[in-house]
Amino acid sequence: MKLNQTLALIASFTTALQLATAGNITGKVTLKGAPPAEKEITGVTDPVCSAAHPTPMKTRFYMVGTGGELADTVVMLKGITGKSTGASAAPLLIDQNGCEYLPYVGAVQTGQKISVKNSDQTMHNVHPTPVNTAGGNKEENKAQFAGAADLTFTFPAAETFLRFKCDVHPWMFSYITVVDHPYFAVTGKDGAFTIKDVPPGKYKIVALHRKAAKDGVEQDIEVTADGAKLDFALDVK
Amino acid sequence: MPESRFNPWLHRFAVLTALATLALLGVGGLVTSHGVGMAVPDWPNTYGYNMFLFPPSKWVGGIFYEHTHRLVASGVGLLTAILAGWLWLAESRRWLRWLGVIAFYAVVLQGVLGGLRVVLFKDQIGIFHAALAQLFFALICALALLTSRWWLEPRLGGQRDANEGRERDGSEIGASLRRLFLATTTLIFLQLILGATMRHQHAGLAIPDFPLAYGKLWPAMDAEAVAAYNSQRLEVTTANPITATQIALQMAHRLVAVVILVCAGALAWRVNRTHRHAAFPLRRLTFLWFGLILFQAGLGAWTIWSQKAADVATAHVLVGALSLVTGVFGCIICFRHPEENASDKVASTFEVARRQARFSAIVNQ
Repeated sequence: MKLNQTLALIASFTTALQLATAGNITGKVTLKGAPPAEKEITGVTDPVCSAAHPTPMKTRFYMVGTGGELADTVVMLKGITGKSTGASAAPLLIDQNGCEYLPYVGAVQTGQKISVKNSDQTMHNVHPTPVNTAGGNKEENKAQFAGAADLTFTFPAAETFLRFKCDVHPWMFSYITVVDHPYFAVTGKDGAFTIKDVPPGKYKIVALHRKAAKDGVEQDIEVTADGAKLDFALDVK
Repeated sequence: MPESRFNPWLHRFAVLTALATLALLGVGGLVTSHGVGMAVPDWPNTYGYNMFLFPPSKWVGGIFYEHTHRLVASGVGLLTAILAGWLWLAESRRWLRWLGVIAFYAVVLQGVLGGLRVVLFKDQIGIFHAALAQLFFALICALALLTSRWWLEPRLGGQRDANEGRERDGSEIGASLRRLFLATTTLIFLQLILGATMRHQHAGLAIPDFPLAYGKLWPAMDAEAVAAYNSQRLEVTTANPITATQIALQMAHRLVAVVILVCAGALAWRVNRTHRHAAFPLRRLTFLWFGLILFQAGLGAWTIWSQKAADVATAHVLVGALSLVTGVFGCIICFRHPEENASDKVASTFEVARRQARFSAIVNQ
């Protein structure tokens, strides 16, 4: 018992020390070039979906700001495994709202809960379609009536852009990247990202975008106690 | 064995079952074309309800297509069961009774495959489900043909036409013609399997342009090129990434289409040349067949130009099914046993006499 207490104390001390010396990686992702026009979503037969969108819904491949700021890009450290704290992390919430998944792109750690909520007054089915099934990620397909309780999913293996889809409304997709450590972020509308509490050291950092950088664009980065700053400029494919 | 007599109600019922099966193929095609095969996550229930009690108010979005498909499939299952039972009780041709039994087991297997596709998440089952659907439709249509008055009463129907054709043209259905019919029909079935494989990978159009492919006669299929295709495509629904294999499949589908078109054209030309009598049944059938296949080729091109619009893609599936059935009808007529009816014997006698006359003429020269 004494030994366990000592080990726990050492672990807490080490974590506190790491956090004290850890820094944040900040930066911005921009897109070079003019992206293709988004496509209008046609064939919307569910009146609930139509009512939620006075103008037609569009695809969300390139969410770009006026200055080229690129949203929905996953930025993460590369080559780190087995550092997931997903079991104790807060769940990621995906909302089905207006027959669209929000967020369109997200990221979680392995083992971290993903809660899927139905804010629509219509039925959805929530259908994650992982590719890394050999790693233990499981394809499921669950019904969710209007007002039903949130559905929960977890994935034990790392995978980029794991697709959630609704087959009732076949244009609905959300892409969740599952990472085996906590050092990642997803860019918002301003293209900015912050990866928090990265222990000092040299790393490879990668930016992933579904269309502009499916396989990732890599850079080297050195993180100090003061953190580090780094930007990505991705090309339109 | 007692002689088979035409049973008009049995034949009409077989035709009804064939029409219902065509409708089922259409609804099934719409399910895949809209990419909503998994819109009902459970089976055999529907969102926890007994499927026959699922409230119509909940048939929204993709559920409408998938649930309708299940209901129509149940109806076709029932019709097939009745048809098989009716054949078993009323039909004197033993082999035809067994064909009814095979149809019954095929529809049961088809239903189970459809359900397993949903609960096991396997695209491969979907491909098998689609291929068996085509075979099942051809079988039901064959049952309708084999129970028809045209088939059963040769003096009034198709065999008379055939014999008259022989007498006027002095020609018979040769072995090479039979082989060409069989080969073209087999090729159409293989083409339908290719099409089903493309559709059930849910990747949309692997090649978005036609008649070229990514602007070339033969598209690049290396990893870098495929990655670029995937980055550039803006998929709205069927969002699986495309692969080099899928591109190769579509190229194969295009090439086989050309071969089928050539075969069907050759058949129409040859039958028209050797069997000029207008009543010769295969003459009309080969023209119909060639026309259907031309139309099918046009629909294939339109499917691509419309970016795989669901109604166009489904029409392509249906005309494919009708092309297969037309080929199967042609094969059945071609391969009909010549001794099956008396009029054939008359034709054989006529042929022997004709050959003897030709021999005598040669000897007397």
